[in-house]
Amino acid sequence: MSQINVDAIRSANGTGDAISLTAASNTCTANITNNLSNRNLIINGAMTVAQTRGSSTTGTGIKILDRWNCYASSGSWAWTSTQDTDSPDGFSNSFKIDVTTAHTPAAAEYFSLQQRIEACDLQHLLNGSAGAKKLTLSFWVKSPKTGNHAVALYKPDNTARVQTKTYSVSAANTWEKKTITYDGDTAGGGITNDNGTGLQIDFHLAVGSDYTSTDSTSWINYADAGWAYGHAVNITDNTANNFYLTGVQLETGDFGSDYCHENYGQTFRKCCRYFYAFRPAGSFWRDGYSDGNIYIPGYVWFPVQMRTNPTDVMIGTMTHGNNESGGDALAEAPYTKQDYAYSYVRGNSSGRTYSYWNTYVDGVGFTFSAEL
Amino acid sequence: MKNPNEMTVTAAKYVKAVGPDGPSSSNSHLICTIDDVKCGVPLDTGNKHYQAVLKWVEAGNTIEAAS
Repeated sequence: MSQINVDAIRSANGTGDAISLTAASNTCTANITNNLSNRNLIINGAMTVAQTRGSSTTGTGIKILDRWNCYASSGSWAWTSTQDTDSPDGFSNSFKIDVTTAHTPAAAEYFSLQQRIEACDLQHLLNGSAGAKKLTLSFWVKSPKTGNHAVALYKPDNTARVQTKTYSVSAANTWEKKTITYDGDTAGGGITNDNGTGLQIDFHLAVGSDYTSTDSTSWINYADAGWAYGHAVNITDNTANNFYLTGVQLETGDFGSDYCHENYGQTFRKCCRYFYAFRPAGSFWRDGYSDGNIYIPGYVWFPVQMRTNPTDVMIGTMTHGNNESGGDALAEAPYTKQDYAYSYVRGNSSGRTYSYWNTYVDGVGFTFSAEL
Repeated sequence: MKNPNEMTVTAAKYVKAVGPDGPSSSNSHLICTIDDVKCGVPLDTGNKHYQAVLKWVEAGNTIEAAS
């Protein structure tokens, strides 16, 4: 039996140790770049889950791909967002923004692709303390523009803070992988351990001059002028422009590892904490007997506990057979808890009492939103 | 930070809870029209739609009482 006794392992031409060994604990710290799991703070970074399906035209706050949000000021923006199959090797999907009206942003206008991360999932970052950890963002992008694009990390809790870094696109309309490392933020009061927004990441697409004049390449107290510092392109200046993004990963440390691929079910369940589209297999939602005093329940159980009691929207038109007159059309807006939604209907007379989507097509049902 | 994703509330009405034994006297949630979409909104301050309704009330609007 033989052994190697060293304190560290470093590439012959490296400037840092790849593996550091600790004698006291007989352990090591290794900068492994592949096959690590559960390290991505971004949900749906591979753009695989799109519960709302279809496409969205010019809508802020509309989720085409779960967890992602187009975030735009007022202005004559016009675009279509879709889940696309144009993607780099190893990925199946991307978020596509198709510009449909050319627009040059005025000073106060902005347009970004954004994801908000729940605060309770970020406590290990030690944000706001001396031990605050660095974060590394890696992603694949296909932009119609060469040059510097900005990506901002925004922290809203306590003292609002922002750090903005840029990546440079070398070739237009070509998939390129980018990696950006953000400093740990030792100031600002930290991230409150709750179910609100802890961090927000914005891939800037087009911004006015109000957002680019203050250097925010180190963490600063939030100021509009620093939000998109260094951003130098306008993705929306031509209707021929398409912007694609996928493989987004945000992880602790100062290097980016290979994208942490998940199976669809894992990503879907993560997404369901914030949004769930219930699509029944048939037109009936509930069915029972009522004599005028018996209330017939209808339930939707969520796959995972949602972030808050969600807002619900009914898709399609529901009819209540033998429903009490003027009564529980409340079925159109079930009560919601974090784990389930329910409502009751009562018969107007004794007999079968039920609720159903009177035109059943794929897509009818309820949506539940507990988005950040 | 500016929040351009603020929603437009145009109507809000309380709904009384209905359980297996029938309606109760307390409000359980709201039926609202937000961004032209009819939706049920829980009375949960962590819910962003309820936050939007509270801002709408602060602006001088009134939530209609339950039927």
